[in-house]
Amino acid sequence: MAGAAPLIDIRKLCVGFRGRAGAMLPVLHEVDLTVHPGESIGIVGESGSGKSTLALAAMGYLKHGLQKMSGEVIYDGADMFERSDRDLSRIRGGQLGLIPQNSGQALTPTMRIGRQIREALHLHCDLPEAEYSRRAQELLAQVRLPDPGVMLRRYPHELSGGQQQRVAVAMALAGEPDALLLDEPTTGLDVTTQAHILDLLRDLAASRNMAMVYVSHDLGVIARVCDRVQVLYAGETVLDGPVRAVLRNPAHPYAHGLLASIPRLGEATLPRALDGRPPGPAEARQGCAFAPRCPLATGDCRAARPPMIDGPEEQITRCLYPDHVAGLEADTKRTEPQPCPPDSPEALSLFGVSIRYDQRGPIDRLRRAPRPPATVDGIDLQLARGETLGLVGESGSGKSTILKSIAGLLPPSAGAITLGDGTPLPRSVERRRPDQLRRIQMIFQNPDDSLNPRQSVAEILAQPLRLYFGLKDDALRDRAAGLLEVVRLGADYLDRRPGQLSGGERQRVAVARAFAAGPEIVLCDEITSALDVSVQAAVLDLLNDLKAEHGTGFVFVSHDLTVVRALSDRIAVLYQGRICEIGPAGAVYGTPSHPYTAVLLGAVLTPDPDHAPRLMAEDAAELSPPARGCPFQNRCPVKRGPICDTETPPLRDAGDGHGIRCHIELDDLRRIARR
Amino acid sequence: MRAGRSLRRGARGVETLRAMLGRLSGVIGLTLVALHLALALISPWIVPYEYTSMDSAQTLAGPSAAHWLGTDHLGRDVLTRVLLGGREALLVTGTATPVALVWGGGLGVYLGLKGGWRDEVAMRLVDAVLALPGILPLLVLITVFGTGGEVLMPTLAFFFGIPVIRVARAAAHEVVARDFISAARARGHSPLSIVRRELLPNVTDTLLVEGAMRWSWMLLAFSALSFLGFGVSPPKPDWGLMVSDARIYMSLAPWGVIAPVIALSTLIIGINLTADALAKTLGLDHSRKAVI
Amino acid sequence: MTALIIRRLALGLVTIWLVSVIIFLGVEALPGDACTAILARDAFGEALARCREVMDLNTPALIRYVEWAGGILRGDLGVSAGGQERISELVGYRMRNSLLLAAGALAVGIPLSLLAGVIAGLWRDRWPDIVLSVGAIFAMTIPEFVAATILILIFAIWLGWVPAIVLTPADAPPLAFFPEFILAATVLTMLMIAHVMRMVRASVIEVMAGDYVQMATLKGVPYWRMVFRHALPNALLPAINVIALTIAWLLGGVVVVEVVFNYPGIGRLLVDAISDRDLPVVQAITMIVALTYIGVNLAADLLSLMLNPRLRSHQARRT
Repeated sequence: MAGAAPLIDIRKLCVGFRGRAGAMLPVLHEVDLTVHPGESIGIVGESGSGKSTLALAAMGYLKHGLQKMSGEVIYDGADMFERSDRDLSRIRGGQLGLIPQNSGQALTPTMRIGRQIREALHLHCDLPEAEYSRRAQELLAQVRLPDPGVMLRRYPHELSGGQQQRVAVAMALAGEPDALLLDEPTTGLDVTTQAHILDLLRDLAASRNMAMVYVSHDLGVIARVCDRVQVLYAGETVLDGPVRAVLRNPAHPYAHGLLASIPRLGEATLPRALDGRPPGPAEARQGCAFAPRCPLATGDCRAARPPMIDGPEEQITRCLYPDHVAGLEADTKRTEPQPCPPDSPEALSLFGVSIRYDQRGPIDRLRRAPRPPATVDGIDLQLARGETLGLVGESGSGKSTILKSIAGLLPPSAGAITLGDGTPLPRSVERRRPDQLRRIQMIFQNPDDSLNPRQSVAEILAQPLRLYFGLKDDALRDRAAGLLEVVRLGADYLDRRPGQLSGGERQRVAVARAFAAGPEIVLCDEITSALDVSVQAAVLDLLNDLKAEHGTGFVFVSHDLTVVRALSDRIAVLYQGRICEIGPAGAVYGTPSHPYTAVLLGAVLTPDPDHAPRLMAEDAAELSPPARGCPFQNRCPVKRGPICDTETPPLRDAGDGHGIRCHIELDDLRRIARR
Repeated sequence: MRAGRSLRRGARGVETLRAMLGRLSGVIGLTLVALHLALALISPWIVPYEYTSMDSAQTLAGPSAAHWLGTDHLGRDVLTRVLLGGREALLVTGTATPVALVWGGGLGVYLGLKGGWRDEVAMRLVDAVLALPGILPLLVLITVFGTGGEVLMPTLAFFFGIPVIRVARAAAHEVVARDFISAARARGHSPLSIVRRELLPNVTDTLLVEGAMRWSWMLLAFSALSFLGFGVSPPKPDWGLMVSDARIYMSLAPWGVIAPVIALSTLIIGINLTADALAKTLGLDHSRKAVI
Repeated sequence: MTALIIRRLALGLVTIWLVSVIIFLGVEALPGDACTAILARDAFGEALARCREVMDLNTPALIRYVEWAGGILRGDLGVSAGGQERISELVGYRMRNSLLLAAGALAVGIPLSLLAGVIAGLWRDRWPDIVLSVGAIFAMTIPEFVAATILILIFAIWLGWVPAIVLTPADAPPLAFFPEFILAATVLTMLMIAHVMRMVRASVIEVMAGDYVQMATLKGVPYWRMVFRHALPNALLPAINVIALTIAWLLGGVVVVEVVFNYPGIGRLLVDAISDRDLPVVQAITMIVALTYIGVNLAADLLSLMLNPRLRSHQARRT
């Protein structure tokens, strides 16, 4: 393969934008990328690494404001940036297909699916007029969409996220491309949907001998679909090599650190954080861009930018000491999460909590319309002091709803919530006493949204301190500075505003604000999902330390099964607002397990080229829970029969507080798992 | 700490002003507005004549050394009247705009936060009043209460506050949906403290830009009313009134029309450019907002 | 979908009812009544009593409101102050003339403003945009009467192409207005273009920066085809509502323009009625304008509901 002429050849590409001062600020520094026919290459990096820019540049396209500074993008013998508009129109969507990150926004909202696919066919295939519709339908069938004929007449917003992504794949296939460029095509999708789409892409690429350039921040995804991987850091290629070598034995310390920061499903350990942050486009750099964060860095690294050199196992690395990277292994032993002390007293209990979003109007009541089933129903949960309870499930599972209900922001329609001493907690936040409020604090998903942009960090931290402790002036400021120390930010952050902080720093401020109250229970709502993995690892590490120091209990909500695993003592698996399975983390992720848990675990990807996900259930999106029976009845791969549709399954006790709600006997569940 | 905070707040104002002056529209706009305000303040002491003094020998005279911009049909000095002609308009609209902004903005934020039936009822009423476009509602009230600054000021403040309700409500809605409000609610802050600390600082930018736009529209309405004869009463000088009076003699003495037209237009353009620069500096795009 | 339309219509009716109450009360609440207003504040004695008799002011306000509103429903706008003229007759031809003026301005203004907005949006920050945007700021900020006066100065007085002022009676055939009509319509068109253009420009810029426009380009759709098929249908949808607002604004702005050109429409009638303190006429005209405004906005809402698939099902799901 190496001898054949490359399909796409990007040479020393520099792309940048004009900064406020007028100088060009580069986002890509002399990046090389060669793609051979049929080859599948992963481009991996964290946000701001320039990976999407690189993929779009392969099509001769740059986002508004970006300019090519130097280098070339050779496709089919000519530079894409020198081609005529006519040429570009022929190649884009024809020989080179793009699958965008968010198809919900990338499909034209005013055009039916059929018209958009036929348009692509018209542009790139010469078919008799009558054939276009048939061919469009065929393409939808190829991407495994149900009822292709019906789909053609739908508008994009009428489809689920996974379906929209499949439509985008079908559209990219319309021109029979030589290469597909994929820009984070599964980010934001549920794990099961992601696994299905990746499976589809692998099959398509293999059967059509298409090359793929797959951009992702997720090494697990890359491991699943790519032969070769290129690691970008702050706009530079730092490592390029076969996927197996890069994942197993990376020859660059950044790649090594990145891998160590990924939580693993099989290990109950905390990932290692990478300290520091990559240089921005405006920052002057001398020498290796990674040197300030690198444990191996020497004076030579800081003096001049290292060249790309050959490393072990066919890797090419921008590191002067590729052979030392493996040695880092020894001191990167992952820390064990702080366990919950046994016989810890109870801190919080939920009994039969139901939550309804829908408000029936007077007309519905007049028409006697049947009341839709509650969004969240029958939740029983206990949290001990110093314990971390993970709530995990796909989008729409009601996990965040439950948190809001505990916080009093969304009063439950039935059931009770009590604090540790058994006193029932008033349902809405307005009725709760200051002391009750203080004991429960919440951290939100996105710190951009949960920190008031018009307040300084000092003012943000002052809110709870003034409210709960009546602190003033110097005492207030000292305490705020102390809190920043706790979350490993300095007192010099006090006068900054959220806009001047990085994503990880902002989330630390949010954590500090929650701990300002000296809470017993902290509710964490997807608090790491807006962060890069290396930053996520740091936040998880911080939470673990706080748990050890303060004996705080956490309710930790996430869609990411590995993150929940890394931190939780106990885990509850939710589907459509109902608990399927609950128990100690090890037991829930082991056997026997609820069929839904098994489906979820099967779909998890790990950065291991030999690991293949197991696809068991359809990834059909369900909008509302069924009125009766088991919530998972429509997607269950091992459904027992009509009883699943009518009867609520019993909670089967698997010992040690491990319960499974299923009509299937525990022994049978064990047997199914072994198959 | 308190002093520190107000210092920072002041610093933000200076920063915004500096950023506005970095734009061409900001430079021109602020210069025009400042010039007009300065002239309105000092004009009584610098005008060459009394605004009522008539020179019957020189009616509709062209520009001369004695009368730089000529005279009108009663032989009054046009320059004098143009210099003085913006005072009433600036006084009335300059008072009515902040009043409109405060009552409309306050009510809008309250409704946006509160929601429920109050919101529903209030918005229907707002819709109903807004169904009377342009200067129509002003005209109706003038029919009822008569003309003059003491009527126009509250009338303008009332009617121009109504669209502000809508804008403020929408802005409040946007902020209320954000998590930092949920966070404050979950901590148990009082509604008043949430409004003051979390909500208001995040809608003031929108209201500021809105206020600047409203001011220019109010000036347009005021001058239109004056032109129609329902604003400033003669013989007080006012640009709208001057255009209306001089219009009939336009073929004989065009400067009588042109001078107040230029004065009025530069002021309104100045305010508009300022609003534009302010919106761009604060990162708000007001050009999509409705006309009304 | 039908439920949604019914909801909108019901809201429109509620607004109309509220407007009628506001207008009626607005006039009712004043110190004194319609007769003291006409006969000057210090009127007393027999003249006042006779006037009140004629105008039926001795009946309770609620009954008069019901009669007034009922009359409007039947197309009867009542009688003018002093009871000399039927308002329906007074309004008839003038309404036609005003609509003619608005229609003329719209017929030219809508296509031109859309075109200007699209051009400014597509050539953002380049010379076509700068020229158009600066022009729009000027057109928007110059008061109607100023623009009208300038046009008269140039075209009627200096160039002498058209007469400066309309002297045609209100009930003349439409074509008789043509020469004067041109300048009046030009003023309205200019202002309208300025407003609509700015909105369309912003909308085009927003859409052109969107993901689906990038996607269309990257699937090989040629530029102009992408603009017409993918970008404009989405960018122009919000224009429907903006144009509706502009129409409403035209109805208000028309007052001044009609006065400047002495054009016999309802705007001029309104100003005359205000000068005469003829409250019933003011009430009637205000109500007519409000009805038109609500009707036009309702039509725009329903139209955009029908044209925008996303809005359609999004709203349907919410209600």
